[in-house]
Amino acid sequence: MGRRVLITGLDTFWGGRMAQALENDPGVEMIMGMGTREPKVPLERTEFVRADQTYSILNRIVRATQVDTIVHTFLETNSVQVSSRLLHEINVIGTLNLLAAAGAPGTPVRQVVVKSSTHIYGSSEKDPAWFREGTRRNASVRTQLERSLIEVEALVRDFADDNPHVVVTVLRFANVLGSDIVTPISFDLRRRLLPCIAGYDPLVQFVEEDDVVRSLEHVTRLRIPGIFNVAGAGKLPWSEVASIGGAHLLPLPPFNTRAFARPLTRVGLIQFPAEIDSLVRYGRGVDTTRLIESGFTYRYSSAGAVESFARANNLRRAVGAHEPGYRYEQDVEQFFRHSPAVVRGIDG
Amino acid sequence: MGRVTADPPKTSKAPSRRARAIEADVVTEDPGASSPRTTRTASASRSPAAAPEVLADDRTGGGPDDDDPTGRAPADADRPTGSTRSTGSPRSTRTPEQPAPTPGASPPGRGTNGAAPSTLPVAVTRPDEVPADDPRRSDVDEWGRSEHMRSIVRRLYDPMYKHWFRVEWEGLEKIPMSGGALLVANHAGAIPSDAPAIMHGIEEELGRPVYGMADYFFRTIPLVGTMWSRAGGVPAHPDNAYRLLHEQQQLALVFPEGTKGPSKTYADRYRLRRFGRGGFVEIAMRAGVPVIPLAVVGAEESMPILFRLNGLAKVIGVPYFPVTANSLLMGPLGTLVYFPVKIKIRVLDPIHFDVDEGLDRYSKSRIMDEAERIRGQLQDALHDMLRERRSVWFG
Repeated sequence: MGRRVLITGLDTFWGGRMAQALENDPGVEMIMGMGTREPKVPLERTEFVRADQTYSILNRIVRATQVDTIVHTFLETNSVQVSSRLLHEINVIGTLNLLAAAGAPGTPVRQVVVKSSTHIYGSSEKDPAWFREGTRRNASVRTQLERSLIEVEALVRDFADDNPHVVVTVLRFANVLGSDIVTPISFDLRRRLLPCIAGYDPLVQFVEEDDVVRSLEHVTRLRIPGIFNVAGAGKLPWSEVASIGGAHLLPLPPFNTRAFARPLTRVGLIQFPAEIDSLVRYGRGVDTTRLIESGFTYRYSSAGAVESFARANNLRRAVGAHEPGYRYEQDVEQFFRHSPAVVRGIDG
Repeated sequence: MGRVTADPPKTSKAPSRRARAIEADVVTEDPGASSPRTTRTASASRSPAAAPEVLADDRTGGGPDDDDPTGRAPADADRPTGSTRSTGSPRSTRTPEQPAPTPGASPPGRGTNGAAPSTLPVAVTRPDEVPADDPRRSDVDEWGRSEHMRSIVRRLYDPMYKHWFRVEWEGLEKIPMSGGALLVANHAGAIPSDAPAIMHGIEEELGRPVYGMADYFFRTIPLVGTMWSRAGGVPAHPDNAYRLLHEQQQLALVFPEGTKGPSKTYADRYRLRRFGRGGFVEIAMRAGVPVIPLAVVGAEESMPILFRLNGLAKVIGVPYFPVTANSLLMGPLGTLVYFPVKIKIRVLDPIHFDVDEGLDRYSKSRIMDEAERIRGQLQDALHDMLRERRSVWFG
């Protein structure tokens, strides 16, 4: 019997792309996705349920669909997009409910994959050049995002302890760049105005969005347990990010940075969330040895991810934002998936 | 995993960058040795063996010979060597795509000045290895060190080194040309003048980079922190030290006294402070590298502290706020200008620890014993050098 996979956050970049990747896998029998909005990518056979992550719904879904794998991508790591209260609801409460449903007695869940972020390591002057998965965090926890990620990983750890028969995988992604995903840094690079802090030029890492999806797929397909850092090889100075990305550096004063940045973010000139503030001071590097030793190969280095993004950006600038070629229509999708009128299995 | 090394360099900077990218377990077939040896070479700009060539290249600003790999003059031959050996490994056989002979792979070549082994590298991809076609635009490495910036700093600092401090080395041959080693020195002067002198001296004389490990406090200062990092400074974190020494086989310089060294007043000159908690010994044991003590005389008098303003230091958040003789004599300029003292550096015998490397913990008593022993040796060497010194200014 093939695998039955539940993906949370199907409406996000992460969930949508992951569902697409799994659809091509003949070993996956059923994919079902949850999301608060409609998916943005065309999906062949993924079932979509518009639902938020309340416990009772999750519990019913897990029971009813008999999923054996849960890919939890609905974790917000962009604090610009949501309020800090919603961030807490999505990340902590959502994960809590999901893991409670997955750990209910008698569920067939055998693997849980959770998407986390390297923001969990923080960024401080006391940091080592490379964080390994077990390295202790030095920075004090100042932002809601970091606080929620730490809580989420604590929940996942408890879940792994309580359910030794379940393969639990946590991927900690570095800053993602790509043509599809919108992050504060990609927003700034698109605007060609990259905020920096005067006098600091830290070393940072990036991961390309294709590598993001491939790594999620890699650990899901091979059922690899553990915590893994995911980031492109090498580190590059923030100033070089601007130069490869074709952006100008916008120096902010090293003191009272947030106060100076606030009017600029308010008018929408730049995005500069709190978790980026410390990052562009001290940078961050994560050691990805563990994931590579598990058999994963990256397509992009950190600098390569920036360059790939810059190219996509150039194209975008030349031909305009590409039209969403796909719009999810509930009735149409239902028809194609379930109507006896549709002859299935002809052209895949 | 084989590295494609055939494509021609894209820019004039490509060779050194390409070489830099080769940071891998390299299996080389050494003509001198009968069996293939597995060694680890760090990036060329950091690689001990590669450093002579790379430094020579970068010092001439990329050099005209970058595009003419075969016609390279053995620049090493006319390099100032001072009291050191010459590092005459001919480079005419090397193409820019070929990685430099790896540190351990050419022991017969070392000193024999014979034909450099034409290494056939079989690079194994390491996680942090950057692909050859990486679109990097600067040569800032993973530690934040930039060989380009370093060469500028060297050019600016050289007159200071040669004519102001007139730095003199003793026993420089005890510092290995390849392989990791932890350099341990005494630390002095309100703004310590010993660290740049040691780093500059070794890079100039031995042609291999030195990473100066210092308090992370540096990183918090805008501009200073960045410059310090580009010039080869690394925050003193055990993980950083282990990676530099063990995985990359580099030279790392630490001052076990920490800020207690430079913050001491002139009345306490040449009295070594406590050597931290002996962490440097533990790191050397774990990394399996020797500790090489360096006794520095002169830095102490280059910017002597008369007294400290502890209250002010607390208010502005710095480890110590010194009032130096320099600033009393020269006013604000005194924070920049050192007294023209003669700096002498003596390299003591390397200390190898006969322990298994790679352990998480080592015997605390052993660590403290060794740390005390090294401290004693350094103190004795300092006294010995001071006994011989006739003048602060002329040595």
